[in-house]
Amino acid sequence: MMLIPCPWCGERAEEEFAFGGESHIQRPEDPAGATDSQWADYLFFRSNPRGLHRERWQHRHGCRQWFNLARDTVTHEIRAVYRLDEPCPESAVGDSQ
Amino acid sequence: MNADQAFRLERGGRIDRDRPLQFVFDGIPLTGYQGDTLASALLANGVRVVGRSFKFHRPRGVLSAGAEEPNALVRVGHGSLEESSVRATMQPLYEGLHAQSQNCWPGVNFDLGRIVDFAHRLFPAGFYNKTFMWPHWHWFEGSIRRMAGLGRVNSEYDPDHYEHRNAHCDVLVCGAGAAGLAAACAAAGSGARVILAEQDREPGGGLLWRTARLDAEPGDAWAADKWQELARYDKVKVLKCATVTGMFDDNLAVILERVWDRRAAPGPGGPRERLWKVRARQVVFATGAIEQPLVFPWNDRPGIMLADAVQQYLLRYAVAAGRRVVIAANNDSAYSLATELPASGIAIAALVDSRSATAIRDLDKIQAAGIPVFADSCIVATRGAKGVRRIRVMSRTGSAPIDVDCDCVAMSGGWQPAVHLFSQAKGRLRYSEELRAFVPECHPPSMQVVGAANGTFNLEAAVREGYEAGERAARSGRRSPLAGRSDSERCAEQVHTQLNCSRQWIDFQHDVTLLDIDMAVDENFTSVEHMKRYTTAGMGSDQGKTGNINALLALAERTGRSGDQVGTTTFRPFYVPVTLGALAGHRRGELYAPVQRSPLFECHESLGAHFHDYGSWRRPAAYPLRGETLQEAVQREALAARRGVVLFDGSSLGKIEVRGRDAAEFLNRLYVNNLNTLEPGRARYCLMLNENGVVMDDGIVVCLEFNHFLVHTTSSAAGTVFNWMETWLHGDWPHLDVLLTEVTSQWVNIAVSGPGARDLVRQLDCGVDFSKAAFPHMSLREGLLGTVPVRILRASFTGETGFELNVPAEFGASLWDRLLKPAAGQAPVPLGVEALMVLRAEMGFIHVGGDTDGTTTPDDLGWSGVIAAKQTDFVGRRSLLRSANRREGRLQFVGLRPLEDGAEVSAGAHVVNAVDHAAPARSQGFVTSAVWSPVLNRWVALGLVRDGRRRLDEQVNLYDQGKITPALIVAPAAMVADHD
Repeated sequence: MMLIPCPWCGERAEEEFAFGGESHIQRPEDPAGATDSQWADYLFFRSNPRGLHRERWQHRHGCRQWFNLARDTVTHEIRAVYRLDEPCPESAVGDSQ
Repeated sequence: MNADQAFRLERGGRIDRDRPLQFVFDGIPLTGYQGDTLASALLANGVRVVGRSFKFHRPRGVLSAGAEEPNALVRVGHGSLEESSVRATMQPLYEGLHAQSQNCWPGVNFDLGRIVDFAHRLFPAGFYNKTFMWPHWHWFEGSIRRMAGLGRVNSEYDPDHYEHRNAHCDVLVCGAGAAGLAAACAAAGSGARVILAEQDREPGGGLLWRTARLDAEPGDAWAADKWQELARYDKVKVLKCATVTGMFDDNLAVILERVWDRRAAPGPGGPRERLWKVRARQVVFATGAIEQPLVFPWNDRPGIMLADAVQQYLLRYAVAAGRRVVIAANNDSAYSLATELPASGIAIAALVDSRSATAIRDLDKIQAAGIPVFADSCIVATRGAKGVRRIRVMSRTGSAPIDVDCDCVAMSGGWQPAVHLFSQAKGRLRYSEELRAFVPECHPPSMQVVGAANGTFNLEAAVREGYEAGERAARSGRRSPLAGRSDSERCAEQVHTQLNCSRQWIDFQHDVTLLDIDMAVDENFTSVEHMKRYTTAGMGSDQGKTGNINALLALAERTGRSGDQVGTTTFRPFYVPVTLGALAGHRRGELYAPVQRSPLFECHESLGAHFHDYGSWRRPAAYPLRGETLQEAVQREALAARRGVVLFDGSSLGKIEVRGRDAAEFLNRLYVNNLNTLEPGRARYCLMLNENGVVMDDGIVVCLEFNHFLVHTTSSAAGTVFNWMETWLHGDWPHLDVLLTEVTSQWVNIAVSGPGARDLVRQLDCGVDFSKAAFPHMSLREGLLGTVPVRILRASFTGETGFELNVPAEFGASLWDRLLKPAAGQAPVPLGVEALMVLRAEMGFIHVGGDTDGTTTPDDLGWSGVIAAKQTDFVGRRSLLRSANRREGRLQFVGLRPLEDGAEVSAGAHVVNAVDHAAPARSQGFVTSAVWSPVLNRWVALGLVRDGRRRLDEQVNLYDQGKITPALIVAPAAMVADHD
């Protein structure tokens, strides 16, 4: 069970958090104008990498804030934590696979 | 030697001879001493066969003296306290202990299951998968399942308590042997918060049964001193009988502490076992090493034991494992027995070493003591049905075999560091040729590994390593790659007897022999993970602690690879078996899952309500009167709603307040309906979709005032919907000015419904005009009950006139009581959830999750008009345009009316075409709700039917477990709403 550094509360056990899937998934600006394949891409297709994965978590049983996490899917090492409105820090993007 | 404990030595041991303990094994009364384990007491009494192996039902005796025991698994205790597959080596003896052998019938000494053994050639690895193919595996599965498995599960309620505890520390030390004690002392001395967990009842590890001195003290006294010293620190917690059973991400250790052992009588109270979840900044693994058996023909007979275990029984428990002992080894560690056994008056029949004479340390001394030494030799056969009686030794150069009589073989095939936890914590291993074992190679900076667990077998070196690691851990320092030192004493040579004998055991518990490894190789299961699953080596309750290394080295040898190339299988939690009770802790029975109760719960109780659990809520199903069945109560309540007035506790309805400048815009994006136009004081029944266009929830959205909404959700979906709203708000629309507050438990909701509803609420005198003109359907008024604010929503879940009264939770009960006993007019009938389901089904109102499933779109429910009228986007809208959501043949929501009025319909019945009268037939959909309507005097059903809306008035058949009920497809509403 991972220790997750909530940007507002500090390190807490994983069981306090809810996982929200891959982050930086952009909902099409004009859904009605999106083609079926664009819409399917937004709905279903995820990168599923071996290595660095940027994902959303919510401190559900704590401050209830959503935030972003850059996590290595092999080692579970957390490389960066950043707010939803921030870009992923360079340090964590570096060796994305 | 002692009369009733024939194998107990006169002197020595860490047992209390003043406290004899009576116990029973397989019905025979025996005696042991305080300080014994069940295994040491059985050996003291000369009991050799304690169990039967899993597959061949071969007689098995005690192999080891610790957690690694594969053979000595017994059933301990009676009745509700009975436990199966208890390792006798880990079970402390207590007065009145009752143990029974398992996996044998009629008894452990004569077991009919052994027939499998005599026909063992018919039962190689995977035999049942190959043999029971024709005509079908399922023909045989039942009887094979009955034969399989060790022990039996106790199905009675466990009367003992278990608890969970969380803890944090700077340094967790796993194991209180010499290295672990040193590490803990060093860390504690640096001021760190330390937890030291030892699985034994006493600290010291091997110091308890090996002659060693540390700091000019006997090893065991040194260990006891260090333990005392540690216990005096405020910031140190020392745990005995506590096994670290699993390592998880970020140094989360799970420790199983056995607080007290089961007794014949009730325990001392408090928890029997405690499961610790320890988050440690640093972990020091000082878990020691596990001696490995030698692989030779017929090496599974009772009396053939691990050499270190023989020494432990001798020096710790004063028990002779035999009277004529053969020592068989491929390394020096077993040689201490060559001095310890004669010192206790036990004869050594022979010493068999697979190494050449030059490799044996102190060979002259041993020979001078008159012990026959067979160097460069192996055991090639053993005899003795119920225990080893004779072995045959042969030189590897091929000389004539020699027979040696004995009653015990103390074997040592080398030592495997106990790297299980280290490996679970993502430490990496490498294969050491000289140790013939896997040793730690490197690891994350948040852990250390010391002593025998690191391949450092020299005592002084291990202690030094412990001190250094303890200090480093306290400073949370990083560490360079491991410098584990092996010393020649444990260097082992790889020998598998190259004899054409298949019966050389690798995994004692699962009866895996070299033959099975050969077969795995023949059939190309050469990956270690495949070999393991094919042969089941290492898949027993001991998880191959004494078998895996030999199995994978045999695999390496047969495939011409090195140990490194073969590698190990993945080490997974748990290190030792953990009771289900310990995993559950307090979370069982009523505490298994939290139950939510309405603030009116006691009001319902006093009315004699019959409760059911609906999701997490415990709600009144109905309020049966004296002598009334539940079904009769439901009918009476439902009729009252149509003819009089009823009270319904709707407090479990989800309630979310949405405020802010963009509140209307926010809700407009989340609901199918147009909410921009909702005016203060008005309410609208709305549908919510997920992004796939599937109906997720429904409920009434109320505009309380400009920029302030109250959203109702279904009872079970309150949490889901609130999380859903937050996810969109935070993640996708952070610029919207919206504040969400879940207020479900803040308000009690009492629905007054029925033709008499208006007359009842009028009596409340809350300053609200209830007239039809002033208070139209789907609107909200706020009033005051004295000083208590009340929100009144005029809405209807029954089709009758209805008012939902919302008051702050603490005033709910008094409002309920006041409504229940009006000063004038008709008294209302309390209405339970079951009657509500009848009323809403009569009206054709959907129950999301019951009448809908994971494919249902708003169009399937007949909502396309609402959507067409809305100009803007909402969550899920785009998905509705996908071809799959527009094609013909979709399941649509309709009513189903049985042709005969008396005919019963059950939910779940399939709808088939009228021409179909038997299975198989193509399903046209299914019945989602079916209730008996007391007003209509017939069954009313709702369902999802292919193209249902186009097929109104078509006759179909409802198929339910062979029974056919003809029915008509009709509109969902069986009755017309009548709210005036």
